Amino acid sequence: MRRDIVTSILAIVLFTVLLGIVYPLVITGVSQVAFPGNANGQKVYVNGRLVGSKIIGQSFRRPVLEKNGKPKEEEEELVTEADPRYFQSRPSATEGGAYNAAASTFSNRGPNDEVTKEEDEANAKEYLELNRPYDTSLTVAQVPVDAVNTSASNLDPEISQANAWIQAHRVAAKRGLSLTEVDALIAKYTDSRGLGFSGERGVNVLELNLALDRLNGGTH
Amino acid sequence: MTFAGWFTIIAFAVILTLLAMPLGSYMAKVYTGERVFLSPLLGRPERLLYRLLRAEEAKEQDWKAYAKSLLIFSLAGWLLLYVILRTQNAFFVPHGLNPLEFHSAPWNVTFNTTSSFVTNTNWQYYGGETTMTYLSQMLGLTVQNFVSAGVGICVAAALIRGIIGRTGKGIGNFWRDIVRTVLYVLLPISVLGAIVLVSQGVIQNFSSYLTAHTVTGLTQSIAMGPVASQEVIKELGTNGGGFFNVNSAHPFENPTAFTNFFEMLLVLIVPAALVFMYGRMTGNRRQGHAVYGVMMFMFLGAAIVAYIAEAHGSPAQHAAGLHTGAIHGSTGGNLEGKEQRFGIAGSALFDVVTTVTSCGAVNSAIESFTGIGGAVPMANLSASEVIFGGVGTGLYSMLLYVLLAVFIGGLMVGRTPEWLGKKLEAREIKLSGLAILITPLAALFATALAVASHAGRASVSALGKGPQGFSESLYAYLSQANNNGSAFAGYTGFIQPNAGNIGAHGVTFADVLGGLVMLFARFGPIVVTLAVAGALAGKRVTPAGLGTMRTDNTTFAVLLIGVVLLVGALTFFPALLLGPVVQGLTGHLY
Repeated sequence: MRRDIVTSILAIVLFTVLLGIVYPLVITGVSQVAFPGNANGQKVYVNGRLVGSKIIGQSFRRPVLEKNGKPKEEEEELVTEADPRYFQSRPSATEGGAYNAAASTFSNRGPNDEVTKEEDEANAKEYLELNRPYDTSLTVAQVPVDAVNTSASNLDPEISQANAWIQAHRVAAKRGLSLTEVDALIAKYTDSRGLGFSGERGVNVLELNLALDRLNGGTH
Repeated sequence: MTFAGWFTIIAFAVILTLLAMPLGSYMAKVYTGERVFLSPLLGRPERLLYRLLRAEEAKEQDWKAYAKSLLIFSLAGWLLLYVILRTQNAFFVPHGLNPLEFHSAPWNVTFNTTSSFVTNTNWQYYGGETTMTYLSQMLGLTVQNFVSAGVGICVAAALIRGIIGRTGKGIGNFWRDIVRTVLYVLLPISVLGAIVLVSQGVIQNFSSYLTAHTVTGLTQSIAMGPVASQEVIKELGTNGGGFFNVNSAHPFENPTAFTNFFEMLLVLIVPAALVFMYGRMTGNRRQGHAVYGVMMFMFLGAAIVAYIAEAHGSPAQHAAGLHTGAIHGSTGGNLEGKEQRFGIAGSALFDVVTTVTSCGAVNSAIESFTGIGGAVPMANLSASEVIFGGVGTGLYSMLLYVLLAVFIGGLMVGRTPEWLGKKLEAREIKLSGLAILITPLAALFATALAVASHAGRASVSALGKGPQGFSESLYAYLSQANNNGSAFAGYTGFIQPNAGNIGAHGVTFADVLGGLVMLFARFGPIVVTLAVAGALAGKRVTPAGLGTMRTDNTTFAVLLIGVVLLVGALTFFPALLLGPVVQGLTGHLY
């Protein structure tokens, strides 16, 4: 008994040193040397300013301004609207505003929940209002599910190709580009499947939008 | 549904099997003390560890001594983890390891979390990036991810030794087993796996959270941390406790479809290899193949049902007028709570992989799965984690079912049941029956308490929303009793108005009940399993004759599937009907 107690205490302390200190530090050291970009979160800079991480989704909505030029707030949260010059990410329901990457969360919307249906309807309506002026044949049945459903992490960096192709009409019109030019950029920032078969192809929204800005100027 | 989706499921099963076979042979050598290719590298540190621990590693322990060492070691781990979590903002913790100055979670949440990680459950009432400091994640949670997984593997190794033992009562030595498990199995794969993950985009740093200024004039705060080193053992040890709140859905934990595939392999590789190891150690590989076939059959069945259900879409989507079939450029389906890069197949398969094992990691929101899609993980849990199962726990639980199947088969043909040359008698059958019943008993008893009391209902987020509320509660205690850790994440035991735990409080009922369920349903079966090992170890081996029922052929595999399904169905069918099945049968919205 006593021997077991002594050995147990020694064992948990030694394992803590080995697995809780040495092991993570060795992995950190190797990662920082071999893959510094990845290990630090694939940060993206524009003109020396950090604009986000390549693999963390972000919002491309803009603050709504009051008449006096100040950002409008309701219940201490910024009021935002979709910036039509940019491709829009999937809906996000993190606390403290969409795409809060300091507090990831599931939406936990049930499959048979009235609220889920209402959220889906509202998101589909907003999507149609934003895109139908530039793609007049668009109907609710054509809205891709990823444009309406929140993701698991609520930080999804990607949208489906179908979603991007629909939004391309709007972005091309707003930026005075041809649809072919925008579709070419979509193809450029579409990921291939893992190992050629695993997962789904998706378009990285941040990379695509930054490429557009490089082509004909950002808003800020 | 797409060709690529089906191909993913098939390719996964094939690649898993091809990787698990050699690992199983390697592990058989590790647990019989033979030299392996890592011996020249690890022999010296191994001997050093024994010396520092003052362990009598060469001495064979009987089952009682083995259990005693195991329990005291787990208790020591529990106490240390509790202290680490409760002092994460104490004065002696350097600022760099708690950059956001997080306070500790309250006692009840910490009780739950500590019990959760020591029992290899990794149920989480907290969100990682808003609750835990880097130090707590590394020093506390990562360490238990290794050793709690190791404890499970030790028990499986001990049970196999009991089955094949011919020399009296010894079933191995716990200290030798735990040290060899960590050094020869878990640590080498973790080091390689972590580097693979970082190479694909999983982060590994100690920097403070980032603040980005987006091109549309918004700011975004981004959590950081030493993720890869914890991510890999979270999968490999079938632990499942995410570094971040959304676990393997977070792009920093699981950035691509490739990492998703890789992480699924990490989850199943050791449980699958253990089955081949069992075949090797018993000297008859066909024994392992029969059990492997049973597991793979049930695994594929679950994956197929989940994929079809999720690809079909949910009643809420259909009511909103959405088209959920595949179109050019989008696969459709129930994408609520799923990531674009994994798609429906990658999410459904991950869900099955992590609920047949006791992993409990998630890459999609199980709460948002369709009724039938959500019934699949619950059915997996109801099968008591024997379809591959947790590292070690899966194999030893399945072997108890094998024992039961041999007994039932013996009764059917009217012969004395024999297993690998050993006569099965009343003691072993009683003990395995007991071990098999502990988990369902804990799950159902706790669910009943939780849904029948005001204190229990306080945790339900879908209260008044039809079967979903019951499903949340049932899933919570099924998951904790099976030491799984996945969740209908709306079920809560921790109210946290702000990140950093100031003003946060736990829901004592859910925290304490869950913690007790996890401890009881983990260590109860472990002790009983070791007792079975002890009872078998002392038996004489009689050579197989014409009348011996074979346990390595298809007939027996079918019988085993029947026993597993029958026990699971008889125990859980009524409860499953009340929740997910009702929901799956209706298009009604609540």
